[in-house]
Amino acid sequence: MIDVRLTAVSKRFDKSSDAAAVDDVTVTIGAGEFFTLLGPSGCGKTTTLRMVAGFYFPTSGQIHFGDDDVTHLSPNKRDTGMVFQNYALFPHMTVAQNVAYGLRVRRVSRAERDRRVEEALAQVHLSGYGARRIDALSGGQQQRVALARALVIRPRTLLLDEPLSNLDAKLREETRTEIRRIQRESGNTAIYVTHDQAEAMAMSDRIAVMQSGKVQQVGSPQEIYYRPANAFVARFIGRSNVLSLPVAGAGENRVEVRMPDGTTLEVGAAPGHGLTEGDTALVSVRPEHITIAGGEDEPALRGRVTHVEFTGMATNLTVDADGTEVMAAVIDAPSSINVGDLVGLRLVRERLWVVKP
Amino acid sequence: MPETSPPRLAWLRQRLAGGTNSQWFPYLLVLPLVLVLYGYVVHPMFATFSESVSENGTRNYLQFFTSSGVARESLFTSLFISAASVLLCGIVGVAMAFLLKRFSFRGRRLIEAIILVPAALPPLIGAVSFQLLYSNIGIVPRGLQALFGTERPIMAFDGIAGVLVVHTFTMYPFFYLAAAAALAGMDPSVEEAAYNLGAGRVRVWRTVLLPMLTPAMVSASLLVFMTSLASYTAPLLFNVSQTMTMQIYINRTNGDLPMASAYASVLGIVSIIFLLAMRWYEGRRSYQSQSKGISANRRELTNPIGRWLAPVASVLATMVLLAPVATIALVAFSENRTWTTQVLPETYTLDNFVTIFSDPKAFEPILNSLQMSLLAAIGCVVIGVLVAYAVRRLKFIGRGLLDVAVMIAWALPGTVVAINLISAFSTGNAFSFGQVLIGTFWILPLAYFVRFLPIVFRSSSAALALIDPSLEEAARNLGASWLRAFYTITVRLMLPGVLAGALLAFVHGVGEFVASVLIYTSSTVPISVAINNRMYSFELGTAAAYGMLQVALIFVVMWFSGRLESSRTATRRAEQWTN
Repeated sequence: MIDVRLTAVSKRFDKSSDAAAVDDVTVTIGAGEFFTLLGPSGCGKTTTLRMVAGFYFPTSGQIHFGDDDVTHLSPNKRDTGMVFQNYALFPHMTVAQNVAYGLRVRRVSRAERDRRVEEALAQVHLSGYGARRIDALSGGQQQRVALARALVIRPRTLLLDEPLSNLDAKLREETRTEIRRIQRESGNTAIYVTHDQAEAMAMSDRIAVMQSGKVQQVGSPQEIYYRPANAFVARFIGRSNVLSLPVAGAGENRVEVRMPDGTTLEVGAAPGHGLTEGDTALVSVRPEHITIAGGEDEPALRGRVTHVEFTGMATNLTVDADGTEVMAAVIDAPSSINVGDLVGLRLVRERLWVVKP
Repeated sequence: MPETSPPRLAWLRQRLAGGTNSQWFPYLLVLPLVLVLYGYVVHPMFATFSESVSENGTRNYLQFFTSSGVARESLFTSLFISAASVLLCGIVGVAMAFLLKRFSFRGRRLIEAIILVPAALPPLIGAVSFQLLYSNIGIVPRGLQALFGTERPIMAFDGIAGVLVVHTFTMYPFFYLAAAAALAGMDPSVEEAAYNLGAGRVRVWRTVLLPMLTPAMVSASLLVFMTSLASYTAPLLFNVSQTMTMQIYINRTNGDLPMASAYASVLGIVSIIFLLAMRWYEGRRSYQSQSKGISANRRELTNPIGRWLAPVASVLATMVLLAPVATIALVAFSENRTWTTQVLPETYTLDNFVTIFSDPKAFEPILNSLQMSLLAAIGCVVIGVLVAYAVRRLKFIGRGLLDVAVMIAWALPGTVVAINLISAFSTGNAFSFGQVLIGTFWILPLAYFVRFLPIVFRSSSAALALIDPSLEEAARNLGASWLRAFYTITVRLMLPGVLAGALLAFVHGVGEFVASVLIYTSSTVPISVAINNRMYSFELGTAAAYGMLQVALIFVVMWFSGRLESSRTATRRAEQWTN
């Protein structure tokens, strides 16, 4: 087990242009941690992973594995195990030959090699598949061969580049549990790249949310979900309403905002938010933290329903509150609710959070 | 620990770090390739140009502009033959593609299987077979003459008409293959949409099908034009001496190398212009199918006349397609100098083959050709694979130029390649290590290498295109060095494609005539030159027997390549799985 540190890493593919694919990224990935780089396509997450693997060299900055500076080390000398998006299995080799490739390169003795290949295949539940041809396997099985091939060399870190994106929805959920189990058992430090926020939330110890080459926020899934750093993170992770509300007062880690009906509401905020009375605060409100106001409740927002959608678990409402569109996911909504109805909405106070723009 | 070394040292370290993964590595790999391509393809072109202006300055070129004169006449004849070939091949090729891909009738499968046979013949033996079939000494005109009892052979093709017959038969596949591929790749729902919107059949053809075929037609036209321009054996056998290629040959054999060089330079430049036009055009769009899983529908012939005509036409087409090979086979068993005015040879013997295999002097050309083609094929594989890899996979300045250099070798007519090599290597230069190559064994393998390198390059590059780059990365990630990843993964997966290309290069080498006839030495006579010599001494049977051996080799290689192809589709299928 080893930690991976990226220090001020930047990558520019075109030296003449200012646009950086990865822009000044500094993160430390703890030993044994399952760390995810999450972001929309083109955000620089795969470029970052490929710099860790050594397929690209940073334009500036350093990458360390423990105490070793690997910034400009060849990919074949890094001891990383990578699972590629399309698996990149060698089509001219059997399953066992694929898994054994890295051991052969490392001149592991034949007996030891056979034993470890068998062990790795057992780990991914593919015992007895060693002699199969790659094209005789299903997509899910190929995915597991790729994982076994990366694990069998006992890499310093495990790198996974959207390994689930080619699987169907059901298999994807099974496999992500499986990958996490295997990573825990092997104790590897793992860096995982995905654009699927649900996947990232379900699997990771910590997540780095990236956009335009920059890290927007690093934190546990809970931190990122409940206390997003900015409007982008709030909207990218799950769904979120970001309301602009005038600030009525401010404290160290809270802000008082004035609601449309004139009442004030205390909202949590990160220390150093810099807001004072008279500013406008952006408040993130998750749809599931909005309920329909009952008889004696004082509703914080009022508006007309513009869209109703029953999903089974909840009823999704879109409400037009004085020109601001608000999404709400209401459990046990009255079935009588209809487009055009006037409703009052209540916010779950302790789940509101002030975000940066 | 973060580095604290001085910036210059850090910069240097960064430059040299990463070994094969670093920015300078491509240049190290590419440098020898650039030298080879420059030395044997580009530099000889310049040598030819300086040869052409060595004695008379620009006077050789001015001949192309004077109103009367062989030079101008030859250029126009060449251009006319090329344009007419494009037209004829276009009509035959597109019609064949429509018939075979859009209609279903008896005999269709057989015709589809043999449609490329005439074009697969080696250039000399192909032209010889057409001469024996359709010229005024040919079997068909004489047969008709005997049938109708006329004084002169009927429908004998001679001169330019004869050249056009050869061109049409050997070059229509460019159009056929392009049109057939375009028709197969075309989304049938587009056509259905036109019908659905109320267009009639003629209107659909005119407004939908033909416009969608245009890109394929344009590339095929350029290809046929270039190939016709380079054609040498057809004018030679049908006695059209005023073409560019023939003038190169005539001036060279008359010892006027500067004038031959002037012709070669002009022809080379025109060919390169066409090459660039083709590359520019290929970069533009082609129409590919958007929807999956539906194949173009074939119409059954329902018209009673069509139903009756189709089998007759099929039989006729089959005979026409197989006639050239059949003729060569027949003549190979005829006795030398006995076939004069009869429709078919009358006395048959095995002597021709016995002579070739028992007389060491007669067997020598076969050994020569095999040996020289093998050497050339090995060179083509080594350089072709590396150039394909460099062009497809590496990023470096000048990548486009490397690509163009290989394709120039492809675009240059064989006669021009020969003149280029004569100009460059009749004195020693750095690329021949100071040796004079003309008149030695090495000049022919070198010519074959230059001519057929593009074949191996193309097949290697097509094979590479099917291999996901992440396979090599996966190997690197698992600890393999660049070289190890290259040969255990990339080369291994390219192998079927490379082998198919190498075999093709080898076969082309064995059949090569156009360049050989200009630069062979008496001790290294290749098969095609032997055929030509035997024809001159009226040993038609022996010439055809040599030709038969070339044809047999081609069919063996075609069969073997077909087997390779099937294992290649297996990897391709595997590739689809991994994607």
